Amino acid sequence: MMSEHIVRAYDKELDALGRRIAEMGGIAEKMVVDAMDALSSVNNELAQQVIMTDARLDALQRDIEEQAILTIARRQPMAVDLREIIGAIRVAGDLERVGDLAKNIAKRSVKIGAEARVTRAVVGLKHMNDLATEQMKDVLDAYALRDVERAQAVWTRDAELDALEDSVFRDLLTHMMEDPRNISFCAHLLFCSKNIERIGDHATNIAETVYYLVTGGTLPPDRPKGRPDASPAQLQAAGQ
Amino acid sequence: MSFEKPASLNNTSSIAAPTSQANGHTREKISVRSLNFYYGTSRALKEVNLSLREHKVTALIGPSGCGKSTLLRVFNRMYDLYPGQRAEGEVLLDGENILDPSLDLNLLRARVGMVFQKPTPFPMSIYDNIAFGIKLYERLSKSEMDGRVESALRRSALWEEVRDKLTQSGLSLSGGQQQRLCIARTVAIRPEVILFDEPCSALDPISTSKIEELIDELTDDYTIAIVTHSMQQAARVSEYTAFMYLGELVEFDDTSKVFTSPREKRTQDYITGRFG
Amino acid sequence: MIIAKYRRRRRIDAIAKGLCLAATGFGLGWLVLILAALLWNGVGGVSFAVFTQMTPPPGAAGGLLNAIAGSLILTVLGVLIGAPIGMLAGTYMAEYGRYSKLTFFVRFINDILLSAPSIVVGLFVYELMVTRMGHFSGIAGAVALAIIVIPVVVRTTEDMLLLVPGPLREAASALGMPLASVITKVAYRAARAGLVTGVLLAIARISGETAPLLFTALNNQFYSVNLNEPMSSLPAVIFQFALSPYKEWQQLAWTGALLVTFAVLAMSIAARILSARAVNK
Repeated sequence: MMSEHIVRAYDKELDALGRRIAEMGGIAEKMVVDAMDALSSVNNELAQQVIMTDARLDALQRDIEEQAILTIARRQPMAVDLREIIGAIRVAGDLERVGDLAKNIAKRSVKIGAEARVTRAVVGLKHMNDLATEQMKDVLDAYALRDVERAQAVWTRDAELDALEDSVFRDLLTHMMEDPRNISFCAHLLFCSKNIERIGDHATNIAETVYYLVTGGTLPPDRPKGRPDASPAQLQAAGQ
Repeated sequence: MSFEKPASLNNTSSIAAPTSQANGHTREKISVRSLNFYYGTSRALKEVNLSLREHKVTALIGPSGCGKSTLLRVFNRMYDLYPGQRAEGEVLLDGENILDPSLDLNLLRARVGMVFQKPTPFPMSIYDNIAFGIKLYERLSKSEMDGRVESALRRSALWEEVRDKLTQSGLSLSGGQQQRLCIARTVAIRPEVILFDEPCSALDPISTSKIEELIDELTDDYTIAIVTHSMQQAARVSEYTAFMYLGELVEFDDTSKVFTSPREKRTQDYITGRFG
Repeated sequence: MIIAKYRRRRRIDAIAKGLCLAATGFGLGWLVLILAALLWNGVGGVSFAVFTQMTPPPGAAGGLLNAIAGSLILTVLGVLIGAPIGMLAGTYMAEYGRYSKLTFFVRFINDILLSAPSIVVGLFVYELMVTRMGHFSGIAGAVALAIIVIPVVVRTTEDMLLLVPGPLREAASALGMPLASVITKVAYRAARAGLVTGVLLAIARISGETAPLLFTALNNQFYSVNLNEPMSSLPAVIFQFALSPYKEWQQLAWTGALLVTFAVLAMSIAARILSARAVNK
């Protein structure tokens, strides 16, 4: 794709940065999936695992920042190289927060335990999580391949996630109103749904970074917000 | 002040010179149109079109042999000193074509000054170095001349360091000071444009910074063009950057654009160190 | 293996150094001998009289006044005529016509003239001036010396001006200075020490020239500063007196030789000091 730098150590540094991001991405993705699994199958062990993995993610993010700063000091990067390094710093930050959000979901799963569960509500949440996980996977692929179109697709698809969150919200309210014994459980799930929606937001942040990285420009500030009655195609058109 | 902007004269679509005055661009001080330059029979500059904006710094960058120094030396017809070198095309200074053979070269050089790569103080006292150029054009009394010498030295941030040794030879100064002396000498005759040909390549980092600061201050009164090997310097010092390669002007745009997201792959390859 | 090669190199180095020292010693030795002989034989004759009395007839006592005066006049005149011509020619070759064919030819011929036998120059001026005028004269002698001065000055002027760095000239042109000013105010100034050295070397060269003077200025027993008449000079007097059988004359010849030699020596040293100062700047 890009020809190599005359100073090969420069290329090595940029590659190392890319690999660390990929590592972070893999870990964060797994955390999001596992946290949801722990919640839906009441697996405390798995939840604890997720909570502990977050420390690794934090360490990786600090490492990436350090490497990026050193590269800037050493190489005085220009143009695409500069955007790459700034992009790496941004993506690392987003991935670290995704890890935090997954960790929070896992913590809640421990708190909820096996108490009064409303299985139907959890299903809706899992659906949300699956979409968020898909967004994460797609955007990380877009980052690795520097694929602008894929990033833009993730960016517009976030509207779906927003729409889903709306419906899960209404669903949980209904459950809570039906039976006061559900309130505690559903309240926890409300927080979890907010966390998942935020994971989706971070995915769009990463998508914006990929766009900036490749083109040097920024996506329009107003992302199409999810309207429950708008079809994805309409939203896509509005987003363009 | 509003001026009729010439329509873009560039043949290649990728070179869109900033033409809108609304973006904060000043008028064109020097316009280069279809410039071709020959060393004997070999063509060193190929159909170059660009403009130097008034009171702005334009940087010329590119690998060795790309023609940036050649282009710079066209602006004050320095090549005239050497037989076999000739330029074809138009170079307009305030609308006047300076390539016209009937043009008075000395008057041109009074308007377009040059600072060279290696500091070249004349073998005379510091005072005389500066008075030398002034005496060519003006007849001043001793006190007037003293004043002009002082103000030129002040302008070049050299006054404080040499005020007590004006009668000492210019060659007794350090490299950085000598270069500032050369700048003072150029500034003393009050040109309109100053050309810098890699002014800092023979200097240490501190002297380099002082001269970059100086260039920044000089833009208040002069139009500046600078050829530099250091991209960081070009990025720091200039508002417009022209990237040249093998005699062609590859890209010419706002400096901020050229160094963060250049249009041309060749430009990007050069500034990121991917030239192989 | 490596040590052996190294030792061999050291040995060769020592031998070469030894040979160089020997050669230097040989050359210097002769110089010392000459100077010693001059001092030994000439110092005895140095007296106030040498500088105040004219050359005597054989057998009588006298001095070298007319010879010294003649030498001075001829040398100064020779330089006054030759140096400006040489400088202007050198300036043309280095500045205006640096790349022209004419310069190439002039340089070529100049180098030939530089090593032309001075007797040939003397003969030339003899044909040109002495036969036309009908008699020997000081002015013919000066012209002959000038012809010897010119190539020396042309060479050194061109060389020194070529040494002035191009950027310095460009810097002056960039201020709008016309070419003539660049040359006089910048190039000459920068090459000043070198140019003066060139002239000094020319003077040193002609101080000892005898052959051309024999055909042009001849010699004059009496004190004369008339350029239209034959003029005395130290080399001519030395030539005449040294070959004579008269002791007083021979002594004066030695003294004269001493004077000429040390005058040239002093000028060469001055030239060296000047050029060293120029380099250290």
